[in-house]
Amino acid sequence: MSIDAAEVGQIAHLARLDIGPEDAESHAHNLSGILAFVEQLSAVDTEGVQPLAHPLEMTQRLRPDEVNETNQREAFQSLAPATRDGHYLVPRVIE
Amino acid sequence: MHNRTIAELADAMARGECSSVELTESALAAIDSASDLNAFVTVTPESALAQARAADDARRRGEAGALTGVPIAHKDIFCTAGVRTSCGSRMLDNFVPPYDAFVVEKLRRAGAVMVGKTNMDEFAMGSSNETSWYGPVRNPWSKDTVPGGSSGGSAAAVAAGLVPATTGTDTGGSIRQPAALTGISGLKPTYGRVSRYGMIAFASSLDQAGPMAATAEDLSIMLTAMAGFDRRDSTCADEPVTDYRAALGNHSLKGLRVGLPREYFNAEGMDAGVATAVQQAIEALREAGAEPREISLPNSGLAVPVYYVIAPAEASSNLSRFDGVRYGHRCAEPRDLEDLYKRSRGEGFGEEVKRRIMVGTYALSAGYYDAYYLKAQQVRRMIRDDFARAFEQVDVIAGPTAPSVAFAIGEKADDPVQMYLSDIFTIAVNLAGLPALSIPAGQSDGLPVGMQLIGNHFDEARLLGAAHGFQQLTDWHKQRPSPEA
Amino acid sequence: MEWEAVIGLELHAQLATNTKIFSGASTAYGAEANTQACAVDLGMPGVLPVLNEKAVRYAVRLGLALDAQVAGRSVFARKNYFYPDLPKGYQISQYEIPVVGPGHLDIDLDDGSRKRIGVTRAHLEEDAGKSLHDGFGTMSGIDLNRAGTPLLEIVSEPDLRSAREAVAYMKKMHSLVRYLGICDGNMQEGSFRCDANVSVRPVGQSEFGTRSELKNLNSFRFVERAINFEIERQIELIEEGGAVIQETRLFDPDRGETRSMRGKEAANDYRYFPDPDLLPLEITPALIDQVREELPELPDARRSRFVTDYGLPDYDAGVVTASREMADYFEAVVSGCGDAKLAANWVMGELAGALNRAGLDIADSPVSAETLAGLLRRISDETISGKIAKEVFEAIWAGEGDADAIIEARGLKQVTDSSAIEAMVDEVIAANPEQLEQYRAGKTKLMGFFVGQVMKASAGKANPQQVNQILKQRLDG
Repeated sequence: MSIDAAEVGQIAHLARLDIGPEDAESHAHNLSGILAFVEQLSAVDTEGVQPLAHPLEMTQRLRPDEVNETNQREAFQSLAPATRDGHYLVPRVIE
Repeated sequence: MHNRTIAELADAMARGECSSVELTESALAAIDSASDLNAFVTVTPESALAQARAADDARRRGEAGALTGVPIAHKDIFCTAGVRTSCGSRMLDNFVPPYDAFVVEKLRRAGAVMVGKTNMDEFAMGSSNETSWYGPVRNPWSKDTVPGGSSGGSAAAVAAGLVPATTGTDTGGSIRQPAALTGISGLKPTYGRVSRYGMIAFASSLDQAGPMAATAEDLSIMLTAMAGFDRRDSTCADEPVTDYRAALGNHSLKGLRVGLPREYFNAEGMDAGVATAVQQAIEALREAGAEPREISLPNSGLAVPVYYVIAPAEASSNLSRFDGVRYGHRCAEPRDLEDLYKRSRGEGFGEEVKRRIMVGTYALSAGYYDAYYLKAQQVRRMIRDDFARAFEQVDVIAGPTAPSVAFAIGEKADDPVQMYLSDIFTIAVNLAGLPALSIPAGQSDGLPVGMQLIGNHFDEARLLGAAHGFQQLTDWHKQRPSPEA
Repeated sequence: MEWEAVIGLELHAQLATNTKIFSGASTAYGAEANTQACAVDLGMPGVLPVLNEKAVRYAVRLGLALDAQVAGRSVFARKNYFYPDLPKGYQISQYEIPVVGPGHLDIDLDDGSRKRIGVTRAHLEEDAGKSLHDGFGTMSGIDLNRAGTPLLEIVSEPDLRSAREAVAYMKKMHSLVRYLGICDGNMQEGSFRCDANVSVRPVGQSEFGTRSELKNLNSFRFVERAINFEIERQIELIEEGGAVIQETRLFDPDRGETRSMRGKEAANDYRYFPDPDLLPLEITPALIDQVREELPELPDARRSRFVTDYGLPDYDAGVVTASREMADYFEAVVSGCGDAKLAANWVMGELAGALNRAGLDIADSPVSAETLAGLLRRISDETISGKIAKEVFEAIWAGEGDADAIIEARGLKQVTDSSAIEAMVDEVIAANPEQLEQYRAGKTKLMGFFVGQVMKASAGKANPQQVNQILKQRLDG
């Protein structure tokens, strides 16, 4: 499996990563290498094998529906790059 | 104070030979004088001394436990309330969480004194500690070599005797491989044994926190304090916590069935010196009454490729929250929303992190999901089943922790796949969720070699007992780098 | 060519839990921005989701009510995309294995017939926050209070054939979730939302046409208008030789039209995969049994019971069971007055009319069920006539007190003293000799005229049955 610079651009867009054109080639090279390496999995016969998502086959625990969080807006927003009137700010979202 | 174990320091404090404040001052001074190792990202002298004074007070009141007043350090992946938690990344260079990780909270409650946060590969992605935004960590055994990764700072800090114990995290070997490369002991517990709450996620189904220290005994003291059930982590197991230190004596080497996976000893690219050292360590186990036997883990060769699909896939999603909106790095003057995302993330993440995000994004994307992600999960089950079959015949599995001793800084930096193969023996354990530890087992070219012991799920007590038994027979764990290395 | 519309709805019901689906933060509506967004809701580093038991039970409730398969094991997945109101960069939702599998809901059509609509699935997921575009200059403000609120997305089969059917289905589901107590149904606050998939095809063709997805349909009226507009648009487009493209379209209520959100979602690749922070959700038969026990009487069952127990016509039973509140109100009135048919007439007539004019829900009715029953008792025991009762009702509505107090204060008690009525009847007959003559000549229709005159003379208080009876005696005698 080989990936070219254009595909790197598409993946980087999906992942919202700014990759300079000068880096696209080296990323393409590295990603191709990694994909070639993991490609060996395709030769494995996995017919009838259930996928394993978690190493321990436990089931989900449930939490009682009780409020146990308090307002910590000030603490959280002190970490934020830009806020106003209790809102997080981002460049205008166009709908 | 230097180079002493938790057990020794606790005894010294109990006998009144020293106070926690003295130990903490000594640790802070040692950290300062070893700054060339770059093992720490943040040092917290004031809060450390305050905690030390509180520990001394507790001891005077007769409320001291095994860790009371003992200086430790946390890998900078654990959130610490009021203390910058960078995860080795520019993205979080300014991030001061308002909450503690479960592990941090538990160790503080046990009386341990946090002296600072240790350096690490960025977002725990690396096997050499070279991907940190704060620069590489140097191996105290030979400062031109890497300490391993991703918990490289935690490993170097213990190896250099700066603190007796540190915390680490292990997603594919990030505790065990650096422990091996720096001649210390390190344990990755069973998946779910220690809560992941407040531990910044790399790959959620593989990540597990664990202790790093000089001896198995110290690991057992740390694990007893770190383990436990936590409602805030759905994947945390509700299993009783043993007093692992008290249980050390329950597991003698006599009659211990030790599985030696044929595939680990015939692995391509394994250093001869490493192989020899591990063979000799196994001989020592046999002489102590253990019963080594060959076993097979037929799919172990697939562990690295499986891991390099699953871990990046989970990471690509886990790291989406770092978007420059609510915390962390935000680019200057974004033109629009897309620019905000792309530049904040492009600037905030280093090359290896971006690489893995892209691999994971690709593996999950439409058209490739079945071929990569689903396939990897199927093979993951096959790997886990290999271990389950092996544990029907043996009590523990032994082998080398890493295929080589510490390598030179920069040696593998340009070849991701070669770097990934550093974890060839450790990765399968994370895929199967098993506990495993690395202990010093010899040397090659004057550098430490680690032996890995793998146990069955929640069988940490037996693993620690075996490691402790080995450390009663040998003194590799007492070897320290010379200060002028 | 004859065209047929094919419509499927995706309904989003916010579950009426106290806390978020994956955190212990409150879900109360209307709090100040970001004061109900905790570390988990904000996607802070290192924090983890833990599933709300109530949300699961509520999903099971709906599953049972739709006669659907409740999955013994379902899985939470991540839907990955970047948007400022989505703090983690992914939405936790159920993808391949939802908690509720295939079920169905019966709706009443305009012609009085019933139609069974398939429900494909219902799955649990978390809501997103809100982006505000006014008041932040060149920026948008993000409020994450809503982020993490539990949603049940209920997906129908493409079984609906007109906007009217779609609205009937939506109303029925709206009523059902409120019956079940799992959603407050408040559409203004966004607690119950709708997306519609609409396509058209020539009548007789079995393949589906290309569909468009309509968003922003936050009232029953908008759903109807948007779907009708879209059906017309698609037919026109095809008849003019064009082709419908699969896309998302936004309904603009001001212009009454849908418009394309072209390109916006073109390159979306959500990269679904099982959320590794959450384990498979197991729903045991024991839990299902427990939830079944808690289940209230469902609307269709209640409707049949009203027909059998109260002797209501099916239509009336359908109207008074349209919402749980109305059915509860009706039953309280019946138990207070003992006459189900009378109760149904008043609840569906005077009361519904007054509520409608005032724009009130039955839950907010100024006339309680007990008070209305008190009024109806006075009709039954002939203290007042039905006509006077309407006057009394208006006074009750205006807050003048209960029926007895008003009847007393206004002196509205019915005249049942037959000698008094006889006197009035005689007076009326004497005053209208011409009509009397005509009546006796065979124009018996004039009976109504005489009744009216007597009632008028009694200021409406004379007992109408007695008036009728005495008049008849006198006129025919």
